[in-house]
Amino acid sequence: MSFRLLSPKVYQKIMKIVFWISGIITIMILLVIIGYILFKGFEVLSLEFIFSAPIDSGRAGGIFPMIISSLYVTLISGLVAAPLGVGAAVYLAEYSEDGWIVKLIRFGAETLASIPSIVFGLFGLSFFVIFLGLGWSVLSGGLVLALMALPTIFKVAEVSIDAVPESYREGSLALGATKWETVYRVVLPAATPGITTGVILGMARAISEAAAILFAVGAALTIPVSIFDPGRPLPLHLYILATEGISLEYAFGTAAVMVIIVLIITVVTNNMVDRYQKKLMGR
Amino acid sequence: MNNSLQEYLIEKGLFITAISSILVIILIIIFIFLEGLPAMESYGFLNFIFGSLWAPTQGEFGVLTMIVGSLGITLLSLVMAIPLSLFCAIFMAEIAPSNMRKILKPVIETLAGIPSVVYGFFGLITLVPFMREQFGGTGFSMLTASIILTVMILPTIISVSEDAIRSIPSEYKEASLALGATQWQTIQNVIFPAALPGIITAIILGMGRAIGETLAVIMVAGNVTQYPTSLVDPVRALTANIAIEMGYATGLHYNALFGTAIVLFFMIVFLLIIANYLQYKKKVVIGGGYL
Amino acid sequence: MNRIEVENLNVHFDDAQILKDVNIKIPKNTVTSLIGPSGCGKSTFIRTINRMNDLISGFKKEGHIYLDGQEIYDPSVDVVELRKKVGMVFQKPNPFPKSVFDNVAYGLKVHGITDKNIVEERVRESLKSAALWEEVKEKLEKSALGLSGGQQQRLCIARTIAIEPEVILMDEPCSALDPISTTKIEDLIHKLKKEYTIVIVTHNMQQATRVSKFTSFFLHGEIVESARTERLFLEPKDKRTEDYITGRFG
Repeated sequence: MSFRLLSPKVYQKIMKIVFWISGIITIMILLVIIGYILFKGFEVLSLEFIFSAPIDSGRAGGIFPMIISSLYVTLISGLVAAPLGVGAAVYLAEYSEDGWIVKLIRFGAETLASIPSIVFGLFGLSFFVIFLGLGWSVLSGGLVLALMALPTIFKVAEVSIDAVPESYREGSLALGATKWETVYRVVLPAATPGITTGVILGMARAISEAAAILFAVGAALTIPVSIFDPGRPLPLHLYILATEGISLEYAFGTAAVMVIIVLIITVVTNNMVDRYQKKLMGR
Repeated sequence: MNNSLQEYLIEKGLFITAISSILVIILIIIFIFLEGLPAMESYGFLNFIFGSLWAPTQGEFGVLTMIVGSLGITLLSLVMAIPLSLFCAIFMAEIAPSNMRKILKPVIETLAGIPSVVYGFFGLITLVPFMREQFGGTGFSMLTASIILTVMILPTIISVSEDAIRSIPSEYKEASLALGATQWQTIQNVIFPAALPGIITAIILGMGRAIGETLAVIMVAGNVTQYPTSLVDPVRALTANIAIEMGYATGLHYNALFGTAIVLFFMIVFLLIIANYLQYKKKVVIGGGYL
Repeated sequence: MNRIEVENLNVHFDDAQILKDVNIKIPKNTVTSLIGPSGCGKSTFIRTINRMNDLISGFKKEGHIYLDGQEIYDPSVDVVELRKKVGMVFQKPNPFPKSVFDNVAYGLKVHGITDKNIVEERVRESLKSAALWEEVKEKLEKSALGLSGGQQQRLCIARTIAIEPEVILMDEPCSALDPISTTKIEDLIHKLKKEYTIVIVTHNMQQATRVSKFTSFFLHGEIVESARTERLFLEPKDKRTEDYITGRFG
């Protein structure tokens, strides 16, 4: 036997402690960030803050127009990206055979997911705002965000369509249904919880993004009425409040609202995934 | 409409949605390059990439300080994020009892979901003053930015590498334990090496997120176009350069910011190619049986 | 002399009882076969002997298992030391994605044997004992995953005997192999029984008659009958044993 500084058993004990500490640190990081922001944010958070317009560039008043802008851009992104993402997932899962085109499509989605948001921002400016002439508007912003939500929706939808048991399809095809009827009436309903989760995750990416819409939505403090009006979604508002030193208190309030939205999204999607898995396992 | 025609049209329609990502990428490339190449051309490609001076008012467009800034912030954040996130991923996949896992999973999803401006804001309010007290200067620095980025890339590295670790067949683990190896020996000698390609992919994805991050970095990095001489010097990232100056840029300056995006784009594509190569190599290893 | 003695062993996974009042004595340096239909608990039983079931949540055990007179579930017993003494070969060959050499050297490494000469010697001896040396001596540095299924299984046996256990548990070691590889493994078992106590779970009754001295028949988590192999197969005492070996069920 050769000499060893520490016996494997001692090593095992030490490493186990190290592993536990790393897990706990990760939890602590989240708790500290969320706790601090919510704690500071609750000082200004009120119904009035949520439902009134900002006064004096956001030094007072509320964030109602920002919430409406956020809803606008997020809904537009979902409405545009969901059909594209789900359609692409259906095509890849049900219609394509493995080959270079499939590889290319996957590489495309992967690349789209990795392009920095600021590059999307430049593209939004040069394509939607200037080239297509949509101007600084919640429509331009929503379209840019749709491009960012697309790969997320596509990926999650593809996984959930793939998870639909083959026997469902065979059962439908054996009854004389066409391929599309099978997809539409059997596969998609079975995959709906997964697809919905994907769409929510895609829209979650959209609602928290600021850099990509920096040059697309404008920065108007008023409520956008039509989709061609400019707006100022929440993340952008927070960025402006914080970097231009307008109001730290109101920045905390805005940040707290966003953290609450993220928490709600996480809880909702987790619940959906849980229920979906239980359903699949027949419970 | 007869059935087979309908089926044909649906299939073609779905095909168009499937290639939409590729079309978008092509459009992005066209528009970014159309706007960006003129600046790179007129200033000279090499001067643009390897020039140290960025002074738009004097017509100087060298982005090397920002390439260094981006890479510096990114590498520093990887140095901090890799150990913590790999330990945490192994903890989740192999060691944590199931109730601990049930806590960690949503924690990591929430960390991934928090908007980057919120991270930036948190850094601005808490970390910048802290760094100012500890190290002097303004508190806005490469180190400050990389600490914030560390937190931001943790969830990416943790979740992707946890998947990689989880996908290691339990047969390997059982074989090792049956030979009398401890759990740590099994992790160190069997599970970790087998999961390594997936772990490297996770790190590359984290790196991509760090290089691409914009607003959080702007809020804490100081954004000075100079080479950092210490960790607590302020730096400007490529992404930050675009976001800060786009608001007022005109003419060649405007084009030069698109040029900055081209540089950024190539850095990301380079990372993607490495990630794909590793995935490809991983398949060969397992299929062909050669290490 | 008995190497392993099991007294009134009951095993539950959560609420399901898998083993009921199992009693068995396994003599030293012999081969003991465990036969029975799928799901009768024989794999669970051998995984209890080297405490691999500790990894599964919900595992509960009552009764005693003695190895050389020592209760193996006693808190003072180190599970790592136990598994060093009680090696295991699995149903599906499971070599590590490492080289042939590193696979066999793995157990030595984790037990702190790092002297290069000793390691090389032990690897060579183990591969020879596992009747694999001639086939792999030219490709020790190649990945073990490039070997055939039968070679992989013999490699797993070599890996087990490299750490010089007292007992080798084999969980249907041939179920994933072709007939020629199966013959090679059976020959190997004959050779190994001189030095090791072997417990083999098998589906294949011919295999039990070919390799083992004693056989126990498991049904629904109980041992119905244990006897010398030829006695059990030629004159089964219990009706259920007779039904099983004559192929009426299972």
